[in-house]
Amino acid sequence: MAEKTLPPVDAVVVGAGWAGSIMAKELCEAGLSVVMLERGGRRSTAKDGAYPASIDELEGATRYKLFQNPAQTTVTVRNRLDQEALPYRRLAAFLPGEGVGGAGLHWTGVHFRAMPQDLRLRSHITERYGKTFIPDGMNLQDYGVTYEELEPFFDRAEKVFGTSGEAYTVDGKVVGKGNPFAPDRSDDFPLPPLRDVYTAHLFRKAATEAGFHPYAMPAANASHPYTNPYGAQMGPCNFCGYCSDYACYMYAKASPNVNILPALRQHANFTLRSNAHVLKVLLDSTGKKATGVVYQDAEGNHITQPAGLVILAAFQFHNVHLMLLSGIGKPYDPHSNSGTVGRNFTYQNITNTTVLMPPTRSTDQFIGSAGGVAIDDFNCDNFDHGPLGFIGGSPLWVNQAGVKPIGGAKATFPGAPRWGSAWKKQAVDTYRHAFTINAQGSNMAYRDVYLDLDPTWTNVYGQPLLRMTFDWKDNDIRMNRHVVSKLDGVVKALGARDVHYSMREPGKPFDVRDYQTTHLCGGAVMGDDPNTSALNRYLQSWDVPNVFVVGANAFPQGMGYNPTGLVAALAYWSAHHIRTQWLKGNGGPLVTP
Amino acid sequence: MVARTALKRPRGPICGRRSLFTVTSPPMTDAPHTPRRPASPVSCAKPAANTSAAMAPLSLPTPDGSPAAYPMTSSKTNASAPSHVKQQVRGEEHMAHDAAIAPLPSSAFTPKRRRVVQGLGTSMAALSLGGLATQTAEAASSEQSPAATAHHQEAGTSTRFFTAAEFAFLTAACERLFPEDDMGPGATMLGVPDFIEGQMNTPWGRGEKWFMSGPHRTGPDNLGYQLPYSPRQIYRIGIAGTQAWVRQQHNAPFESLPPTTQDAILTALEHNATQFDALPASAFFEQLRSDTIEGAFADPTHGGNRHMGGWKMMGFPGARADYMDWVDRYETPYPYGPVSISGETG
Repeated sequence: MAEKTLPPVDAVVVGAGWAGSIMAKELCEAGLSVVMLERGGRRSTAKDGAYPASIDELEGATRYKLFQNPAQTTVTVRNRLDQEALPYRRLAAFLPGEGVGGAGLHWTGVHFRAMPQDLRLRSHITERYGKTFIPDGMNLQDYGVTYEELEPFFDRAEKVFGTSGEAYTVDGKVVGKGNPFAPDRSDDFPLPPLRDVYTAHLFRKAATEAGFHPYAMPAANASHPYTNPYGAQMGPCNFCGYCSDYACYMYAKASPNVNILPALRQHANFTLRSNAHVLKVLLDSTGKKATGVVYQDAEGNHITQPAGLVILAAFQFHNVHLMLLSGIGKPYDPHSNSGTVGRNFTYQNITNTTVLMPPTRSTDQFIGSAGGVAIDDFNCDNFDHGPLGFIGGSPLWVNQAGVKPIGGAKATFPGAPRWGSAWKKQAVDTYRHAFTINAQGSNMAYRDVYLDLDPTWTNVYGQPLLRMTFDWKDNDIRMNRHVVSKLDGVVKALGARDVHYSMREPGKPFDVRDYQTTHLCGGAVMGDDPNTSALNRYLQSWDVPNVFVVGANAFPQGMGYNPTGLVAALAYWSAHHIRTQWLKGNGGPLVTP
Repeated sequence: MVARTALKRPRGPICGRRSLFTVTSPPMTDAPHTPRRPASPVSCAKPAANTSAAMAPLSLPTPDGSPAAYPMTSSKTNASAPSHVKQQVRGEEHMAHDAAIAPLPSSAFTPKRRRVVQGLGTSMAALSLGGLATQTAEAASSEQSPAATAHHQEAGTSTRFFTAAEFAFLTAACERLFPEDDMGPGATMLGVPDFIEGQMNTPWGRGEKWFMSGPHRTGPDNLGYQLPYSPRQIYRIGIAGTQAWVRQQHNAPFESLPPTTQDAILTALEHNATQFDALPASAFFEQLRSDTIEGAFADPTHGGNRHMGGWKMMGFPGARADYMDWVDRYETPYPYGPVSISGETG
C-alpha cells in the first residue's frame, strides 16, 4: 500500500450521485477545477441498463447488483440506548446505492417538491397548535430555508430531471387538475403526467368517490422524448416496470448518468475518479479548515487530494459517518441532547395495504412507472391535527413501479400459507388480482434516535461502522394508523374482494429484515441554530466553513414525500450561494451565528 | 418547457420497436442517440396461445445435472447491440465498471465460527447428533466435505457444490415447498435444485455480498441475520443437520419419506423445532424457501424456471418490458405470454 499526494484542486466532491453531480456541474460552470470521487465502480445506462440483460429480477432486485455491498462497509442497528447494536449484514430494510450515479441510477423516479409547512415545521406547528403540542423528546426543527426561497431551485431540478406531472397552480392561477394541496409554482412541469396504469386508474376513481383529491404523481420518468437544459436527452417511458433497483434501459428515468454526467464530462476542469473510497476529510491544525480528503483507491493505496473546498455529497448516512470520522462538528450526545453530528436521524414511515380485486380482472401489476395516483388529504398538515394529538402525515398512493414474480411470491399475508400448494394458489391469485396502496408518511426526530460510531465493529478499511439507534415512536405509530384507517372508503368504492391493511403496530420495533424504504434522513441537519444543526441554511458546516454537506442528511425530520426532489433543490440552492457569495468572499461562514 | 400541443404520442407498432426520438442536434447522452432500445431478442409479440410451440433453444444445465455456465446474456444478445453502443462501452467511462470486489479473507471469520461451534457442544449433544457439530463445522470451514470431493471426482467436475446425497435432499425438499399441482409445474420440473446449485457458485453463494466480519453475537430477531454462515454453509450444515435429525426419528433419509411426513418435517423446521450447530432450523428453512421461490421465478438464464413455467403460472410476461400500448387499455387484460432474456417465447 502506497501513500501519495496529488496536486491540489479547487474543489473535491465526495460521491457521484445526484447531489455530487449537481454540485460538480455548478462548480465547473463557475470555473473551478473539480475532482469528484466515487467509491463504487463506473456505471452507465449503456452498460448497466442494456436490454435485455438488465431485465433480470434475480440480479437487479434480489442480488442487488447496483447496490452497496455490505461486505465492504455497513452500519450497526439497535432500537434503544440500552441495547447492543448489531451489524446490518444483509441488505433488506434499506438499500444504499453505490457506483457512478449513486442511488440515482436505480431509484424509482418519484419526484416531489417539499410542502412549505414541512420546511418550517416547528414554527408552523407552534403557530397553529401551540408549543405544548410538541411532545417531550421530539426535536422538531425548521430547515432555515423557506419554500419561496427554494422554488426557483425546485423548478430548475424538474427541468434538469425531465419531470412529468400536472400542476395545480402556476403564478397563483389554477392551470390543471394537479394536487390542490401543492404549493404554487413559477412554471408548469416540463412534461405532462404519465398515463395512469390500471390500478392507479382504479384508485383515482375510488378516491374521488370517497371524497378525496387524487392527482398524478410527479415522476422523473419522461412521458415523452425530452432534452434537458444541459442538452441531455431522455426517451419516453414505456412502462416496462423495471424502475426501482434497475437502470432504465429506455433512458426515460432521470439519473445523473443520463441527465448530468454527459454534460459534466464536457468540462475540461472536471475529473471523475471511481473506486475511490474517501476515508476522511483532512483538517488543518486549527480544525476549522479542511485541506482536502484522503481516499483509498482500488489497489489499496491511500491518496491525498488537497482541495480548497470540500463537498460531502455521499449518501445520507455516509456523509454523517465521514463527519464523525473526520472530526467535523460536535458529535451528538442523546443524554444531554447536545452536539449536532448524528442528531435528528430519521427514516420514513411506510406501510403497504394490499387490495384484492375480483378474479374477473387482472391487475397487470408488472406494468409500471414512477408515476401513479396519490392523495394528499392526509399528508403534512393538510388536515386538522388538533383533536388527533400527533404531528405529521402521509400521502396515500398507488405507485406501481412494476411488481415482478420473485418479489410478488415472497410476500405473504400474516397467517396465510407460506409454501406448498395452498401457498402457490394464493401467490398466483394475489399476483394476478391484487395491488398495493402505500401510506408513505413522515417520521419525526427524537432525542434518543441518532447516529454515532459503533464501539465494536469495523469495515474493511479498519474504520468503526456507523451505529444507528432507531425505533418507531408513539406519535408516528398513531399518525400511520390514523391515515391508513382513511382507506376504508376507498376500499369500499373499489369493490375489492378482500383487503389486508398494513399498519404500524404499537410495541413492534423497527425491523431490519423487511424492505421498507431507503429514504433515510437527517443526522447532519440544516438550520438557523448551531446548537441544534450541523449545517447552516446553505448546507455549510458551522464548524468548518469550507465544507458543505449536501443530501437528505440535511432534513431535520422525515417528510411524507420522497426525498430526492428536495435533495436536488437543496444542492442547487447551496451551489447558487457558493457561486454568488462564498467564492467571492474570504472562505468564511455564510451565516454568522 | 416543451410545448404540450406537440407532445401527442405517436402510435407505434404493437411489437414495441419504436423510433420516437427526434434528434436535431448532436446528442449528449451517455449512450446512443438513435432508438435507445438495442435490437432485442424478443420477437414481435403474439398472443400466448399461438406461440406455445415456438420454443427457442435453451441454455439449460447438462443432462447429468452439472451446472451450466450462467451467462448474463447470450452471445447472441450481446451481438445485437448497435455498434455505437459498443463504442461507448469501450470508452473511458466504462473501463472500470466491473471492478472486482475483494472478498474477505476466510480467516476473518473462521476462528470465530469454531468458537461458536465449540460453545454449542452441549446443545448439540442434547440433540443426540454425536459428532455432527464437529463434522459440519469442518465441512463448513473447507466448504467441501470429503463426501463432496468424492462426488466431484465421480462426476468428473470440480465446480459442483452439492454432493449427490445433498442434492437428493434438496430436490425432495424443494418439490414439497413448490409442488407440482393443478396450478402448474413443481420445483423439480422447473429446475429449481439446479438453480440453487448454480447460485452456490456465485459471490452471493460464497457470502461475499453479506457483511461476514465478527464478532458474531446474538440479538433480537428484528435486528436481522447475525450468523457466521454464508449460503453455502447454511446448506452444508442445514442439510446434514436435517438428515441426522430425520434419521433419528424415522430411520430413513428425508427424500425417502412420504410427502405428508416430509411436510411435517418442513413445518417443524419452519417453526424452529431444532438447531443445527449455531444454525436455527428456521434460518435454514427460510433460506431454502427463499431460494426455491427465486429458482421458480428467476429468468431461465439462471437455471430454474424452465421453459418459463413459473412465469406462465403467475401470468408474468418476463423480459417483454414494454407496455407502451397496454397502459390504459383498462378493459383488456394484457394478453401475451412471456419471453426470456435468451429469446425463448412461451
